[in-house]
Amino acid sequence: MTAAVGKQEWRIDALAILAIIVLGAFYALWGAAHATDRAFAIQMWTALAAFLFGGAMLIGSVVRPNPADRESRYENGVIKAGVIASMFWGIAGFLVGVIIAAQLALPNIFYFEDFGWLNFGRLRPLHTNAVIFAFGGNVLIATSFYVVQRTCRARLAGGLWSWFVFWGFQLVIVLAGTGYLLGITQGREYAELPWYTDIWLTIVWVAYLLVFLGTIWKRQEKHIYVANWFYLAFIVTIAMLHIVNNLAVPVSFSGWFSYSLFSGVQDALTQWWYGHNAVGFFLTAGFLGIMYYFIPKQADRPVYSYRLSIIHFWALIFLYIWAGPHHLHYTALPQWAQSLGATFSIMLWMPSWGGMINGLMTLSGAWDKLRTDPVLRMLVVSVAFYGMSTFEGPVMSIRAVNSLSHYTDWTIGHVHSGALGWVAFVSFGALYCLTMWLWKKRQVSHALVEWHFWLSTLGIVLYITSMWVAGIMQGLMWRAYNEFGFLEYSFVETVEAMHPYYLIRALGGVLFLVGALIMAYNLWRTATGKDPAVERAADVPAQAVAAE
Amino acid sequence: MADKRERDEVTGTDTTGHEWDGIKELDTPLPRWWLYIFYASILVSVVYWVLMPAWPMVNGYTKGILGFSDRVNVAADIRDLQSARTPMFERLANASATDIAADPELQEFARAAGESVFGDYCRTCHGAGGAGAPGYPVLADDVWIWGGSMADIEHTLRVGIRADHPDTRTSMMPAFGRDNLLTPAQIGDVTEFVISISAANSRLDANNGAAARGAVIYQEQCAACHGVSGAGDRAFGAPSLVDDLWLYGGSREEIRRQIELGRGGVMPSWEARFDSGTLRALAYYVHEMGGGEPDAPAAPPATTDAAAPAPTQDAPAAAPLR
Repeated sequence: MTAAVGKQEWRIDALAILAIIVLGAFYALWGAAHATDRAFAIQMWTALAAFLFGGAMLIGSVVRPNPADRESRYENGVIKAGVIASMFWGIAGFLVGVIIAAQLALPNIFYFEDFGWLNFGRLRPLHTNAVIFAFGGNVLIATSFYVVQRTCRARLAGGLWSWFVFWGFQLVIVLAGTGYLLGITQGREYAELPWYTDIWLTIVWVAYLLVFLGTIWKRQEKHIYVANWFYLAFIVTIAMLHIVNNLAVPVSFSGWFSYSLFSGVQDALTQWWYGHNAVGFFLTAGFLGIMYYFIPKQADRPVYSYRLSIIHFWALIFLYIWAGPHHLHYTALPQWAQSLGATFSIMLWMPSWGGMINGLMTLSGAWDKLRTDPVLRMLVVSVAFYGMSTFEGPVMSIRAVNSLSHYTDWTIGHVHSGALGWVAFVSFGALYCLTMWLWKKRQVSHALVEWHFWLSTLGIVLYITSMWVAGIMQGLMWRAYNEFGFLEYSFVETVEAMHPYYLIRALGGVLFLVGALIMAYNLWRTATGKDPAVERAADVPAQAVAAE
Repeated sequence: MADKRERDEVTGTDTTGHEWDGIKELDTPLPRWWLYIFYASILVSVVYWVLMPAWPMVNGYTKGILGFSDRVNVAADIRDLQSARTPMFERLANASATDIAADPELQEFARAAGESVFGDYCRTCHGAGGAGAPGYPVLADDVWIWGGSMADIEHTLRVGIRADHPDTRTSMMPAFGRDNLLTPAQIGDVTEFVISISAANSRLDANNGAAARGAVIYQEQCAACHGVSGAGDRAFGAPSLVDDLWLYGGSREEIRRQIELGRGGVMPSWEARFDSGTLRALAYYVHEMGGGEPDAPAAPPATTDAAAPAPTQDAPAAAPLR
């Protein structure tokens, strides 16, 4: 019975995915042939190549399935692929970040007159999307697939669909990155993707949701673990945000340009409702899911407070969605909306800190491990940065503070204390763990993890302190008036004043990048090493397989 | 799953009895400080909603008992600023350099207004304090290409240089090298001649033979604008060649390069952008930078336009911005 049902399931999955691939390939071919502009044609040829590649892989996996996949209790291949993709896109994203930091600090050297597509305007969305969606997204997909299987004691639902999610998401990244270099953008921050990539991402995301929900559905645990609440909140809310914010009317189905369905201040508010909740549900809720599994696991201690996880989860989910208007203080947005954005951000402070308390206090009785286990230290330091950013955020959302901080580099520093300190560090910790657990190897070098940890931490400290100083100075210079009501400083004077801090920031970025390169080397050595670790009990094929 | 509560040895707290992949949970109550700060942040928000505009209603929104409104406040601030500034700008619009210098209050205002406008619109090219940059003239010295009286400066500001204003100041030095008007050898000779008549001769030491050949070419090709002696002519915007100040650099190679390319920069016309008072303040500020010249009693032809009643806000019709 098992074999027959299993086989048929696989065939239905493969056929459905094949249908999507064939439809996608036909559309790409049609789009390339009728393209109204060259950039769109290049995108469609890229998509066509990807669909053909995907089709070949699909057929290959059906004709000659990997026997290891059937024998193991959990689907691990797609998670391994996710670990590799995360590290690859992470380094790509950090590198582009270093380049644009250098362009700001030393424009005479890093302004490429003959390569306009390599300049700041195009590289900046490439950097933000690469680190948030390509690096962060792959980490979230990989860890969520790992965690949901272990905490539900169930193999990923949907057979090949998890692979569709993985490769479909890589196609989103490739279309996004090459599109930005070609000058394709919707001009919406963190939502620059053009309409057709948006649609493709929607398809991939719905598949992701179904795989995740399906796995929870067939779980062999009575309760759903807290990490899965956070992952599910992340997946569901991102789907909603993505769809609403990207409602648009394409000018042509064979061109990339589209008009937003909203206009004026409604458009701006929709964008920042999306933008802030991308921070809230992508960069916070999703990564809290990581934190809730990997910290107790690596520390080998129970989670500090079940009650706190319930209260802070629901408070976070309810309050975050209101906070977006704080991105539009002192703009055309009505003041009442600004008031709501600011107050909900302040109320969000403690719900955010609930996650920090649960993460840090889980170490009660295991604090000594921080000295000896640099991976655990990375995870715990990430929670400390999380606490700092989620305090800084509500402070900056207060209108009076925001009138100083808005549009300055303080914002950039705030974002990076969260992005480098929290998101990247918790991801690094999870990737170190996953590499050891999935490839079943001992960490090759603790010393290299130490180097990674200290270089990156120093890089983050340089980055955020220089941006605090730069941002506050910038804000003070912008608002300085003389007795006649004329501005004390011209704009270019404020730019000149930023120069040393931009250099420090670029140096911080370089240190962070070097740390990540060390990590990649260490992971590669670990995965390919000949030093098997003890298998984790939960990964050993168990009676559950027979029961299926 | 074992639904068994047990006591955690380290903390002395019970677990919830749940377990996932080896992860258990403690049943620790909510930290009091956490809960109280959470309540306090909610209370602060509610108070804020009562005081300030906050909740949308079917018609309008809750205004808050303080009656605070950004838009009303900003409009009042702008009104205050304008009511303080407008009389000053009106006085400036009709004041000469001497009038401004004679009135300390007006002078201080003109400096402040001029510095502010200069910082945002001029400084990027002309540098802090008018220090200049290659291709962008120094404004702080007493060497002027188009004239350094306040009237001359204001006229230059109004019409721009090689700009899209109908009366813009304009001149074009031929690109003797690029357009093959002179051979490379001839350009070398002219370069030596130009060095020989300039104050740069003491450091560059012109080749006398070449300079003598170049002198002939100079008189044919260059003297019409730069003058027989090389003193320059402001009517054409032709810089003096006898000093040691060079718009495009003073090395032998840079001087030669300028003869080859005949570069001339563009300065925008600001007439459509600023009112008369602001332009007067800016002219005064530039005039004061170090090298301003007194207004000539008989204005040269180019400056008569500036002396005429100048269009102010209506100017865009005459000088559409591209």
